[in-house]
Formats: sequence, structure tokens, C-alpha cells
Amino acid sequence: MFSGFDFDVIWRNMPFLLNGVWLTLQLTIMAVTGGILLGLILAVARLSGIKPLAWGVAAYVNFLRSMPLILVIFWFYTLVPKLTGTSISGFYSVLIAFIMFEAAYYSEIIRAGISSVKRGQISAAMALGLTNLQAMRYVVLPQAIRNMIPVLLTQSIVMLQDTSLVYVVGLRDFLTSAEIVASRDNRPTELYLFVALIFLVVCFSASRLVNRLRRKYTL
Amino acid sequence: MIEIKNVSKWYGTFRVLDDCSMAIAKGEVVVICGPSGSGKSTLIKCVNGLEPFTKGEITVDGISVGARSTNLPKLRSRIGMVFQNFELFPHMTAADNIVLAQQKVLGRGAEEARAKAQELLARMGLSEQAAKFPAQLSGGQQQRVAIARALAMDPIAMLFDEPTSALDPEMITEVLDVMVKLAEEGMTMAVVTHEMGFARRVAHRVVFMDQGAIVEDATKADFFGKPRSERAQLFLSKILTH
Repeated sequence: MFSGFDFDVIWRNMPFLLNGVWLTLQLTIMAVTGGILLGLILAVARLSGIKPLAWGVAAYVNFLRSMPLILVIFWFYTLVPKLTGTSISGFYSVLIAFIMFEAAYYSEIIRAGISSVKRGQISAAMALGLTNLQAMRYVVLPQAIRNMIPVLLTQSIVMLQDTSLVYVVGLRDFLTSAEIVASRDNRPTELYLFVALIFLVVCFSASRLVNRLRRKYTL
Repeated sequence: MIEIKNVSKWYGTFRVLDDCSMAIAKGEVVVICGPSGSGKSTLIKCVNGLEPFTKGEITVDGISVGARSTNLPKLRSRIGMVFQNFELFPHMTAADNIVLAQQKVLGRGAEEARAKAQELLARMGLSEQAAKFPAQLSGGQQQRVAIARALAMDPIAMLFDEPTSALDPEMITEVLDVMVKLAEEGMTMAVVTHEMGFARRVAHRVVFMDQGAIVEDATKADFFGKPRSERAQLFLSKILTH
């Protein structure tokens, strides 16, 4: 079936491709970490009961969730240097775009997780004399995190796939590196099959992990 | 010990509590009953400040629940509360449920808190269940763990909010037995319940509520012998004929 194919092209270009993989991983890990942290802050702000704050966050979340990611990437790539007058590297402008965009999604997941803890649990914690903060820390968050870990991971897998969009600003992520090799050596089929295989292995293992966590932590 | 004076509460224009006054002395067991929606649960939750009230005053051991200067968490730690749906923390074992507030609120050491938990679980007949999670326990067992959790704080009074309403009939007895023992040991108790057998056995007084108001506050003998209000008579005739 693969006669006429030359999969050796992948081995010959492995160091170059691995550089791309490295950039994709860096971007994903940093964007997931930053996105979850900002998302947590947004979620707590939205649940804080302080109306102007909650409205501001709601506006931010709804606005970003209505935008295509690629547009947000373009904005940060073109607008941020103009607005701030300083040039930042393509990598950081993309990273900021991802963090701000993903935070909108993560905040909704975290908010749902916190809201999913029954009101009676908070009453029980308070009745024992725990303060608001202690009730949050020892009773609400441990339950909320169990509820939201699978969804957070699923969102992060989507985010890993979305990182391939950075090719639009010329960053050399995994897909872009493969594309460069593919057109230079005129071997697009081999390279794109390879990219698909790697994404399949990574994303499938991750979603298996999600399922295991879901079974383990479902209360 | 617990004094409720002219307490009223509105949800918007709906009056949930209507000028309620009653007192519970040290060592007294008071059963609060009445049709659903009569405000019994709301009233009992006002006692430890879980529900705010609009007017009136509640004092527990001389401390005003509604006052801004009151340290509510501290006051709550001295009043045990048992809920209709148990509300055990599902991510912790039975023992850890009992240990948590002892350590975080009372500042007890891990060993002391654990020993106390074991002792209370033994008293509830649940020594074997210490390492189990709430989902692995029956409703009756969960409610007894919840009672142990409240008792671990060495409370000066215990509030029970329909503690047997969510239980299957065969499990009601095991929970009531524990409560009867507690009453006989002299614990100050306010119990919202429809279990008139329990009221007959251990209550000193019975308070009957209807539409947010305390309609009758009588000794047990008076309440079951000759309730004065028509509504209480009607209520009793309905629940005692079966």
C-alpha cells in the first residue's frame, strides 16, 4: 500500500520536527497553566457576588467565547505591538492570546465545578464553625476539582490541537515544521500522516486518562 | 440556653416567620412540629445563623446571633447541627468527617481528634465503618456519623432539622435510638421532626408551628393530652390516626 512512499524523510528531518514538537509542547503547557490560573481568578470573581466585577467578567467571557480563536491570535499579533509600542516576540503574543482565550473557557468550567457542590455542603461546613474560606478550601474546592478535572483535561486536549493555528503568524510549531519539510522535500502525504499519527497517539492517550480519572473521582 | 424573641423573617413580601418567641433551657429537649412549609426548619436554622432573620433577637448562651459583632463561626462551633440530608463530606472517610472541624476550628491535634472520632463512632455502633466513605454507608449510618461529627465539637446544644425524614423506615429507629440516648444524657436539644413517638418518649416540650407562627408551646403531657389550638388538634389527628 505504501509503495512509492518514503518514510525515511521523517527520520532524516527528525531534529527539525522535534523542534516543532518542543514549541507545541511549550505553548500548550504554558497556555494551559496560565489559562487555568486566569480562569480560576475569573470564576471566583464571577461568583464573588460583587456585581460590577461579576458583570465585567461575564462580558469578557461571553465576548471571547463568541470570537474565533484565529481572530484573537491575529489581534494580539498585530495589535499588541502597536498599542504598547514595544515589540514582543511572536511566541509571547500568541501565548498571551491563548491564555486570554482559553481562560474564558476554563473559567466557565471552574465556575460550573464550584456551583456543582451542593448548597447543603456549605451549610454543614459553616454549622461546624468553619469560616467561609475554610469551607471553600476543605469542603467545596476538593469536591469541585474532582468534578471539573475531566472537563479541564478535555478542554486542554482541544487546546493542544488548536496550537496548530499558530502557523498563521509564522511560528514553527509541530505542524508548521512538518509543512516546511513536506513542501521542501515534496513529501506531503508522509509528513501529514506522521503529524496525524502523533496527534492521534497523544490525544487518544490523554482522553483515556480523562476517562480513568472520571471513573476514579466520580463521587 | 437558647432564647428566641419576636423573630420575624420575610422572603420579599412573603412572611416565613411571624413573631416567633420561645426558649429552651439547659438540658431541655424541645420537639418542633407542624405541617410542611410552616417555618420549622427556617426557625431552627436561624438559631445558629445559617438563615438570617429580619426582626427580633436570638441569643444562645447569652450571645446574640444577629449582632454584627458576634463571631458566628465561633458560636456555630458550639452548637451542633444535624441535617435532613446528612450532608457528610463525600470526599472524606467517616472518621475524617469527624476529625476536620476538630482540627481546623478547635485546633485539636491529629491524635486527639482521631481518638475522639473513634470514641464517638464506637458510641454510635459504627467502629467498623470509620474508614468508609459516605457513599459506602446506609442512610441510617450516614446520619449517625453526622451526629458524631456534631458531637465531636462538644456542643452546648444540638439542633436537629428533620433528621429522619430522608431515611427508609427500617433505618429511622437506629437514628432515633441514638437521639433518645443523647436526650437521656441531658443534652439540650431542639428537634424538628414528625416522629411523635420520639416526642412522647423524650421531649419535655412540644412546639407546634403553622404558617410561620408558633401556635402552641406546651408541655408534652398538655400537647398530647389536650392541645388548645384547633390547628394542632387537626395536625395530631392526621398524623396519629395511622
